[in-house]
Amino acid sequence: MEIGLPHYLSVAAALFTLGVFGIFLNRKNVIVILMSVELILLAVNINFVAFSSFLGDLTGQIFALLILTVAAAEAAIGLAIVVVYNRNRGSIAVDDINMMKG
Amino acid sequence: MTLAGFFFYLFALITVMSGFMVITVRNPVHAVLFLILAFFNAAGLFVLLGAEFLAMILVIVYVGAVAVLFLFVVMMLDVDFAELREGATKFVTVGGLVGAILLGELLLAVGAWTITPQAVSQIRERIPPADSVSNTEAIGRVLYTKYVFFFEMAGLILLIAMIGAIVLTLRHRVGVKRQNIAVQVARDPRLAIEIKKVETGKGI
Repeated sequence: MEIGLPHYLSVAAALFTLGVFGIFLNRKNVIVILMSVELILLAVNINFVAFSSFLGDLTGQIFALLILTVAAAEAAIGLAIVVVYNRNRGSIAVDDINMMKG
Repeated sequence: MTLAGFFFYLFALITVMSGFMVITVRNPVHAVLFLILAFFNAAGLFVLLGAEFLAMILVIVYVGAVAVLFLFVVMMLDVDFAELREGATKFVTVGGLVGAILLGELLLAVGAWTITPQAVSQIRERIPPADSVSNTEAIGRVLYTKYVFFFEMAGLILLIAMIGAIVLTLRHRVGVKRQNIAVQVARDPRLAIEIKKVETGKGI
């Protein structure tokens, strides 16, 4: 069977769902939450590049490059927050961060 | 099945399997390693699509920098992961249902995607034929001319992220002697101390 656009989009859809499901499942473990977000962004990248390839349009690849940049920046900041959080709290259980709740 | 088809199924299957293992495996170091495997296979998919520059950038930046950063943090934080896993089974049914519905809807939306002929006329940056211009050069021709603003913005975002990460995690050690440039520059000459050479037996 000819590998067409729907095949690549289905792979991206499956990865996206796995990322969302991962956030659902690992409420407490903030590092796995960050990795699930990276999976979601990877799914979106696959989507963009697949469309770029099948439409013959480079804009998709340019945008995927910019998404990569933002994902790297966000991962760095997220991990810095995790490190500081661990320094102050001693654990990375994030389902109880409600110290500022009124 | 053609060779390209075989490789597509291989890369796609391993990517999805690795994605599943990332969210379910117990050991966080294993989870990061499965994420790295997913990135490598996604890069393989990109090469199949003819976007080899983006594939190599994925390997260099995502695997080489971001995933290694994850690995550093996972190994540095001494966390008890057993207590973090409890309570996960509470959300499996609801999460699984939401995930299944989401996947079903997405597959319904994209499963029969066809590209209309009008879409071809809307192309902004036509990809030149691969034998005349390589993918890297084609991206370079567009990125540094028409989309240079976004390129500079991306650089600015990375700069902000770097400053943010340093500001968040920097710890000043107490007792370290440092220069305070503002105090040095604001020195008043009237209050300064000057050494005068005094001959023995005489005063100033």
